[in-house]
Amino acid sequence: MEKYWHVINIGIQNTLVYRMNFLFRSVFGLIPLMATIFLWRAVYEGKDGGDISGYTLAKMVSYYLIVTIVDALTAVTEDDWHIAADIKDGNISQFLIKPVDYLTYRLSLFFAGRAVYTAVAIFPVIIFIFFQREFFVLPPDALTFVLFMVSMVLTALLQFFISYTMALLAFWVLEVSTFIFILFAIEYIAGGHLFPIDILPPLVAKILYLTPFPYQMFFPVSIYLGQATGVELWRGLAIQSFWVVATYCLARFVWHRGIRKYSAVGG
Amino acid sequence: MNMDTPVTINTAAANGFLGKLRRYGIIYLELWKNSVIREMQFKTNFIMWIFVELLWFTLQLTFIGVIYMHTDRIATWTKWEVVMLIGASHFIQQLYTAIFLTNVVQLSEHIRTGKLDFMLLLPVNTRFIISFRQVDLGGFVNAASAVVVMAYAAKQLELVPSAAQIFGFLMLCVVGIAIHYSLMFTLTAVSFWTVRAQGIVWAYYNLFNIARLPDAAFRGWFKVFFTFAIPMLLVTNVPVKLLVQKLGSPFEMVVLAGMGVLCAIISEGVWRVSVKHYTSASS
Repeated sequence: MEKYWHVINIGIQNTLVYRMNFLFRSVFGLIPLMATIFLWRAVYEGKDGGDISGYTLAKMVSYYLIVTIVDALTAVTEDDWHIAADIKDGNISQFLIKPVDYLTYRLSLFFAGRAVYTAVAIFPVIIFIFFQREFFVLPPDALTFVLFMVSMVLTALLQFFISYTMALLAFWVLEVSTFIFILFAIEYIAGGHLFPIDILPPLVAKILYLTPFPYQMFFPVSIYLGQATGVELWRGLAIQSFWVVATYCLARFVWHRGIRKYSAVGG
Repeated sequence: MNMDTPVTINTAAANGFLGKLRRYGIIYLELWKNSVIREMQFKTNFIMWIFVELLWFTLQLTFIGVIYMHTDRIATWTKWEVVMLIGASHFIQQLYTAIFLTNVVQLSEHIRTGKLDFMLLLPVNTRFIISFRQVDLGGFVNAASAVVVMAYAAKQLELVPSAAQIFGFLMLCVVGIAIHYSLMFTLTAVSFWTVRAQGIVWAYYNLFNIARLPDAAFRGWFKVFFTFAIPMLLVTNVPVKLLVQKLGSPFEMVVLAGMGVLCAIISEGVWRVSVKHYTSASS
């Protein structure tokens, strides 16, 4: 276990180089967020104070603010590209002889990257939330907040395992970037980045709930906002855990298949 | 990489403005030929990227569809007017991608690898060769999909634009593309000073997100900034408003054109200063 702490340590030091880049990124990321808030404000003004599927304006704005925070903490940004590059360039050969597990190694680097990104992005985001404070709602109680945090960890793992598996496609295809972008687009809409998925027609939302995507973003946010409560909350956490385990197994499986193919190519 | 194709140019014809135009026309035609050959080497990839763009376009339309399930107006804009706006935004963005994006993005790479030295030596305008080196053909296909969506929106709005309106719309789109190009070119010129300019491109992509939203939804400093400093709220809104007869006054078109000229002047100024300060990567 200790060796992975070293990986995290090195990962943090390596990503610190990009701190200005991260700052730039997070600040510019706030521009479309601001635009989305303006758009919803205009929608609510046209409705004269009504709500949309249970969302008041404050709740809707908070939704996007929490999405931004969860995204900073859990999004896979460059990890998938690096994994694909490692496979294409043959860098993974060294992991086959070293007593280091590639998945754990990558997961450690992912955590290191997120830690640095969050440490940098927290300042612009907090300032932004401060200016939007009249629309920012707090979680109903402390337990909700704790469960939100638990769900967020599961979200991070889920995001990582799915992206990791996708990047492993590099064993079979030369150009994985289009696949990664297609997956990203699906996650973006079905995960709830673009809008809360419970404002969709109930049937569509129900169908989406059968996929892992809502658990990659929407679910923890809905815990925070008090949308998911009681039995629904616990069942959601159980399903989320199931998806984490399932995608973990899938990642392991695909890796084993890939390695077989990889060794064959390397002779 | 394909620069070694010799282009024979009659120097006698290269006199005067028309001669110059002809000469650059011939060069651009050669660059087009190179791009077509390059694209056809990776056919699957070419089609996959078109699919990715189509998916994102659908995503934006879905977002608007979902919003209009809960309201019938965003400020003064009705559903099909906004669909028209999203279509026009995609149209402008994709034409920009087709003609300029790859080239502008590569500038920092040319500086890093020292390839810019070589380009400075070519007997053509350096900014021309940097800006027009490659054509991304997929962009034209995607722009066509945007035209289909716009035509459908026009049908829903029972809109029959006159020839003058369509001409005006296209001209304003050209101004919009020129603004995107000028701004992004200005931004990437920063890579003359720092190696990592990739983040800038990503940052600019965020701005495209604003260009596709109805201007009437915005207020205060945000609106002022994205109208008069970075005219994102003009580039698509003004041409669409001309088309759907929503212009408050013809003055809006003048503002767009004026901002276009201003951006062009600034980008040329920044470019000249940058080149003057350029000391090759290898020295």
